[in-house]
Amino acid sequence: MGEIEVKVDQNVETINGQGFQLTMLDKAIGLARANSVWPLPFATSCCGIEFMATMGSNYDLSRFGMERMSFSPRQADLLIVAGTISKKLAPVLKKVYEQMSEPKWVIAMGACASSGGIFDTYSVLQGIDRVIPVDVYVPGCPPRPEQLIDAVIKIHDLVKHESLRRRNSSEYKEMLKTFNIDAND
Amino acid sequence: MTNSKLTNEDVFAKLKDTFAEKIGEFSAPYNLLTIEVPAADAHSIIDWLKKEATLQINYLTVLGAVHYPEDKGRELAVVYHIHSLVNNFRIRLKAYISTNNPTIATITDIYAGANWMERETFDFFGVKFNGHPNLVRILNEDSMDYFPMRKEFQLEDATREDKDDRYFGR
Repeated sequence: MGEIEVKVDQNVETINGQGFQLTMLDKAIGLARANSVWPLPFATSCCGIEFMATMGSNYDLSRFGMERMSFSPRQADLLIVAGTISKKLAPVLKKVYEQMSEPKWVIAMGACASSGGIFDTYSVLQGIDRVIPVDVYVPGCPPRPEQLIDAVIKIHDLVKHESLRRRNSSEYKEMLKTFNIDAND
Repeated sequence: MTNSKLTNEDVFAKLKDTFAEKIGEFSAPYNLLTIEVPAADAHSIIDWLKKEATLQINYLTVLGAVHYPEDKGRELAVVYHIHSLVNNFRIRLKAYISTNNPTIATITDIYAGANWMERETFDFFGVKFNGHPNLVRILNEDSMDYFPMRKEFQLEDATREDKDDRYFGR
């Protein structure tokens, strides 16, 4: 047995020496989190069908550590809102978001979730960012699975590079306050 | 009205015999007998149509409303489509009411199925059905403070910020 080289990941900044490797806890945890993001699909219409295609074997979202869809918000890390959200559904969506535990991320998939889309009408919420904060928007009506995969990769980037202290920061709490969400929930 | 055992003229004549001047003029667009009735008598006429043995017009197909804002004093038309399953005959009744006092008697005591239809009509047009067991909004959010199908309210979402009318053909 000669030297044993242990590598965390090529993408993680490390200091390598003989028999040891240093990295930052933030980055090691970020890496672990990014490769085990559990999505909670909140699918209401045609975007939901595209999401199902993404989830299925042709596009295979589980390649990205998303093997298990979490249909309970308690265990989910990533909320994927796919479809038109009516105003009556908005409080439900907000409740689901609040029930997710930190850290949590949100994808607004498609024109409707992002801005209300073509449904510029009295009964439709003009974008889910009226009630919850959104990390990545996916344009399209509906977006193709490749676009959703791209969004997931972007979420992975966010997850990898997020500071462990971010969720405790006053900026983050202030941001949640603008949505009337209690940060301690 | 194909294969119906009743004719528009027969039914209209029977209604006229029973309710006399309360029955409006005969009209049958697309061969669908359509009669205007006073809002105060809509309930009793619908009840009679159901119970009259020779007619048996006993199935409420749909109940809704129409808003005619320029028709002062009778802005809202409450429309009843009733069907005789036995005689394969359809009839449409229209009762006009004012937006100042948009009330009409409920027909939930005649047709239990009218319950949700009346709630929907209340939700979108603000028609108050007297005697309805639970007249609250059914489709729209409870906090909504107007009746969106009335024409004085814009169809578009009032809170939108990022949409330019020019790109939406308005």
